[in-house]
Amino acid sequence: MQEQANSVEQLLPHLFRQEYTKMTAVLCRHFGMKYIEIAEDIASDTFLKASENWAINGIPKNPAAWLYTVAKNKTKDHFKRAAIFENQVRNELIKGKLQEEQHFEFDSQQIADSQLAMIFAVCNPANSAEAQICLALQILCGFSVEEIANAFLAKPETIKKRLLRARANLRNDSFQLINLTEADIKSRIETVLKTLYLVFNEGYFSKTNDQLIRKDLCSEAVRLALVLLENPLTNTPKSNALLALMCYQSSRLDARISHTGEAIAYGQQDSRLWDQSLIDRGNYYLINAFDGPEISKYHLEAGIAYWHSTPADETKWQHILQLYDQLMITAYSPIIALNRTFALAKVHGYEKAISEAEKLDMNDSNYYHQLLGYLYADKDVEKAIHHYRLAIKMTRSKVEQQTLMKEIKRLSPSDQIYRNKGKQF
Amino acid sequence: MKEFALIFRINDINFKPSPEQMQERMSWLAGIVAQNKLVDKGNTLLPIPGSAVTVHANNVTTDGPYTEIKEFISGYIIVKTETIEEAVELAKSNPIFKIGGNIEVRELLKT
Repeated sequence: MQEQANSVEQLLPHLFRQEYTKMTAVLCRHFGMKYIEIAEDIASDTFLKASENWAINGIPKNPAAWLYTVAKNKTKDHFKRAAIFENQVRNELIKGKLQEEQHFEFDSQQIADSQLAMIFAVCNPANSAEAQICLALQILCGFSVEEIANAFLAKPETIKKRLLRARANLRNDSFQLINLTEADIKSRIETVLKTLYLVFNEGYFSKTNDQLIRKDLCSEAVRLALVLLENPLTNTPKSNALLALMCYQSSRLDARISHTGEAIAYGQQDSRLWDQSLIDRGNYYLINAFDGPEISKYHLEAGIAYWHSTPADETKWQHILQLYDQLMITAYSPIIALNRTFALAKVHGYEKAISEAEKLDMNDSNYYHQLLGYLYADKDVEKAIHHYRLAIKMTRSKVEQQTLMKEIKRLSPSDQIYRNKGKQF
Repeated sequence: MKEFALIFRINDINFKPSPEQMQERMSWLAGIVAQNKLVDKGNTLLPIPGSAVTVHANNVTTDGPYTEIKEFISGYIIVKTETIEEAVELAKSNPIFKIGGNIEVRELLKT
């Protein structure tokens, strides 16, 4: 009995993560975005019932099917109640219309279509990019407010408020989920790709130390990108480029954090820890991404990630620098400017890179000081340490602080000898 | 911040940049973007017959670009800097000088 309860405890969170958002998407497509809360209530009730029932009766043979049957019945009940309500009192009270559908199935096509529609509904340009990521994590990925707050290193209250405002915008939007038209897709695909890109980056460059959350964010972004590729209307070269980028980056997820939780810089990573199957998939999607004349920033970033996933090659950094040059012109961002300077150092030497870096003049950025610290390390230890110290002051990430402290320690051996000598005297 | 047009002029109408030369120019441009000083990456202006005509007074037209001392404008970009000296500094590292070209730096009149 105890054992049964344990396995329910293990299985449910997993199923919840996998099925809750799909269930909500399908229900929402029936009810309309306006009634997203009803859809979420039914989905939550379903899982509640599962946790009670399975602990006593054991896990059914096909847990997902069990969940969908319950959800379907609960939805029918809801419609029944709603119909009574509509016939008897509604006309006096509510103007909005609750649609009843005769055919209501949770088949795989229905789920796929609903999920895709939900992605487009959530990526509403009326919301800020930050709010969109939060919404995507909650509605599309089934993250709790606490988990989202943890990923952003923000207070749960802040996230809750942000979500409330963003959800109000969704409800007021006339976006309809039943038939996702080509026009809908065209008008929102950019926002969708950007949101998925940001969700992935939130995981990949996360401020949180929680390795599990980081991986979850990355794999959820990949899952949603795969949903895009399943539909011919959204299986575009750009979507492929984005997915290729995610695959390459994911291949290094395990190599970039040490077992003690420290970040490992690209140059120091053990390339045997890179996941070759993900690199291969990246290659596959990258080839598909060039099925057309368009070169987007996702193409360029995927190209850079491709070279980073390839074993050392003499011309590697030259290619990377060229891609950064193009990326710079396509889509400026301070981080890209810094990364480009790093590539420039590899191609044209540190001296040249230092003078280019100092022209950037980003004194408020901890990455700027990290880069200068790195570039000065062999040339002028004092300056290197000065920049690393500034970087430590500016970053909120414990992992980064630890890594930089270690670097300072490594750079100041002479200092230590001097101190030891002092003791002897 | 002031804005300046960098106007590129070369004298060889048949000049075709090699991939290396294109790369060098791209890198120069990327350096300006990296400093967040690019306003507009501008355009390349084709000098070849059929792509360039100069219109004079009295409905007179001549084939090709307007040339003075055999030079013609090959393109332009717009940058933003505090002073014209800074804009000149940006122009100095352009690879155009290796092929005998020059750059005119002109402040934009902002209304």
